Amino acid sequence: MSFLRKVIAIIYKDVITELRTKEMFSSMLVFSLMAVFIFSIALDLAASDPLDTTPGLLWVTIAFAGTLGLNRSLAQEQENHCIDGLLLAPMDRSAIFFGKALGNMLFMSVVELVVVPVFAVLFNVPLLRGSVWLVIVLGTAGYAAVGTLFSTMAVNTRAREVMLPILLLPVSVPVFISAVNATGGFLAGDPVSDVANWLQLLIAYDAIIIAISFMTFDFVVEE
Amino acid sequence: MKRTDRLTTILNWATVAMMLGGLAMVFLYAPRERTMGDVQRIFYFHLGSAWVGFFAFFVTMISGALYLWKAEERWDILGSASAEVGTVFMTMAIISGSLWARPVWNAWWTWDPRLTISAIQWLLYLAYFMLRAGIEDPARRARFSAVYGIIAFLTVPMSFLSIRIWRTIHPVVVGGESGTGAEGAFSMTAPMRYTLFFSLAAFTALYFTLLHHRLRLAWAEDRVARLRQRVLSRM
Repeated sequence: MSFLRKVIAIIYKDVITELRTKEMFSSMLVFSLMAVFIFSIALDLAASDPLDTTPGLLWVTIAFAGTLGLNRSLAQEQENHCIDGLLLAPMDRSAIFFGKALGNMLFMSVVELVVVPVFAVLFNVPLLRGSVWLVIVLGTAGYAAVGTLFSTMAVNTRAREVMLPILLLPVSVPVFISAVNATGGFLAGDPVSDVANWLQLLIAYDAIIIAISFMTFDFVVEE
Repeated sequence: MKRTDRLTTILNWATVAMMLGGLAMVFLYAPRERTMGDVQRIFYFHLGSAWVGFFAFFVTMISGALYLWKAEERWDILGSASAEVGTVFMTMAIISGSLWARPVWNAWWTWDPRLTISAIQWLLYLAYFMLRAGIEDPARRARFSAVYGIIAFLTVPMSFLSIRIWRTIHPVVVGGESGTGAEGAFSMTAPMRYTLFFSLAAFTALYFTLLHHRLRLAWAEDRVARLRQRVLSRM
């Protein structure tokens, strides 16, 4: 089996599990929708300019909903020692990493497909643009990659699920800053040249963080 | 292990001498800054602490990489010891910066890039210690914290770059063109520069001394654990 087919096999396994349990999807989605309402109550969004606040709120929601999904994704491997079975499979460990990371990115993206239109409708901002989706895909990619690595570590600590956001959020600062600013820039109708800086930063972050996560994943699953 | 070996004695006294020399230079030799007055003298301690904090985290990253490569326990001990010392210095840099900022910027804290990045670094290593505290198996703790120490340090420049694109008010004193317009910026005279270099050297010496003592403590802990094992096995 080629490398790509192994990666796809792992994604396929996760999709099947998810379709049967709907555990990650439902928890991330319900959390996101609740977050939208809490934000609108807590921040009195009617009073402020939605173009200023929506990018930040959207990314806070994606970040926290993401930690829920990422935690579940690795916790279910830990239950009944599924991860041991995966590690015993005759394949490169990096195939496991890419399979899990791409699967997590897929699940996060599906939730975003629902949540972003909800944001657009409730806050009356034109989020449904190709450029905004590009930012969301780039931001989600790096976040899901390093999140997969860290949640593999987190499920092996005493604090378990609580550990992931503590590890993940300070490392993801570049994602939030550039994604929030790029989203805001595109919403405000800034020319692409103004937003290009942020997109480059996102791409650079994704490239670096995916490379390191992939290189260090071996050490995290080693027994 | 002897109570104090020769290296410890040398490091102790050299550091004491350098810190006293640094204090003397800061308060007696360096001139009084024209607009800020004596409060500017915090700068020598502030930059020294910030430099040592950053350097200590760099050492943590390098020892993390060495641990993953060689899987020798000593690199784990070095990495965590350096992270501890680095966190102390980062805390001192943040506190001394706040003391300076209150009279000069009229605020304890602003969300300037350099301030934000020190806060992020501080949180990163807080997370590093929480991760270590949450794992019992020593080999796993070493591997996980090595991985985290590497990723944490590598994201710092990217975080800094992204925050930097926002406007900065932190004065660029070293290596920047003078008169950047930042509130609290000043151009250094030669005595100020000598004082700065000396206090950087003194703080670096202090770092190595504290690191050395922290490593000795780790070895002592290790020895106690072994002795306890031996006693227990005889009972």
